Amino acid sequence: MNPKYRPYYPRWYRKRVPIFWWLRKRSYALFIARELTSVFVVYSVAVIVALVLIMNQGELAWVKAMNWLANPIVITVHVLVLFIILFHTITWLNLAPMAIVVKLGDRKVPPAAVLIGHYGAWFACSAMVAWLLIWRS
Amino acid sequence: MKRSREPIIWALFGGGGMASALFLPALILVLFIALPLGWVESAPFDELQSLVRHPLTRLGLIVFVMLCLFHWAHRFRYTLYDGLQLSHLNEVIAVMTYGMAMVGTVVGAYLIWGVG
Repeated sequence: MNPKYRPYYPRWYRKRVPIFWWLRKRSYALFIARELTSVFVVYSVAVIVALVLIMNQGELAWVKAMNWLANPIVITVHVLVLFIILFHTITWLNLAPMAIVVKLGDRKVPPAAVLIGHYGAWFACSAMVAWLLIWRS
Repeated sequence: MKRSREPIIWALFGGGGMASALFLPALILVLFIALPLGWVESAPFDELQSLVRHPLTRLGLIVFVMLCLFHWAHRFRYTLYDGLQLSHLNEVIAVMTYGMAMVGTVVGAYLIWGVG
């Protein structure tokens, strides 16, 4: 319904829903939690951009940043952030077969294959990140 | 007839969800936890530096930042809209969230492109 048309309707009866409706059921709370993972996506991206800028300044600044990141409180926060992002990744990849229908010719690729493909892509991207950043002798 | 902007916004949301889902866990684990704690040794510093200074890396990072910000904007918009029942503020919320994502993208692009 286009909200602009609302004024011309008689006042509708709507049952009032409390603001924290989503705390009433586990599935609702998980839905809101999933939506809020996006806040931590932005946080992580911001830290990564900061690290890129620091890396550009030179090795001294980089070592300082690494020492700061090693602070136990910072590590604790970042372990939590990692779990939140893993929640985002898993819920996102599990939805992929429902959102994406892959067709080969006129045959539909089974959803399980789409799911496995996405987990494979996750593994490949993670391996690429590790390969680029970690020392390899 | 005016074309809907919804497909573009949805593509940015989807792209950001996918990019962050695929890359962020490894980036967080390596950059925020494993390297600072010395669990693994990083690639030689000048190698890392020339990696982030490479134009293709910078371009990729800028696209990544943009997608992630629009992913946030879309999700946050609907969290405010449904979660806090602010549907009467639809326009204001949309302008704020997508506007912040746009500003963030421009600032991020400016900063990242300035590297190197």
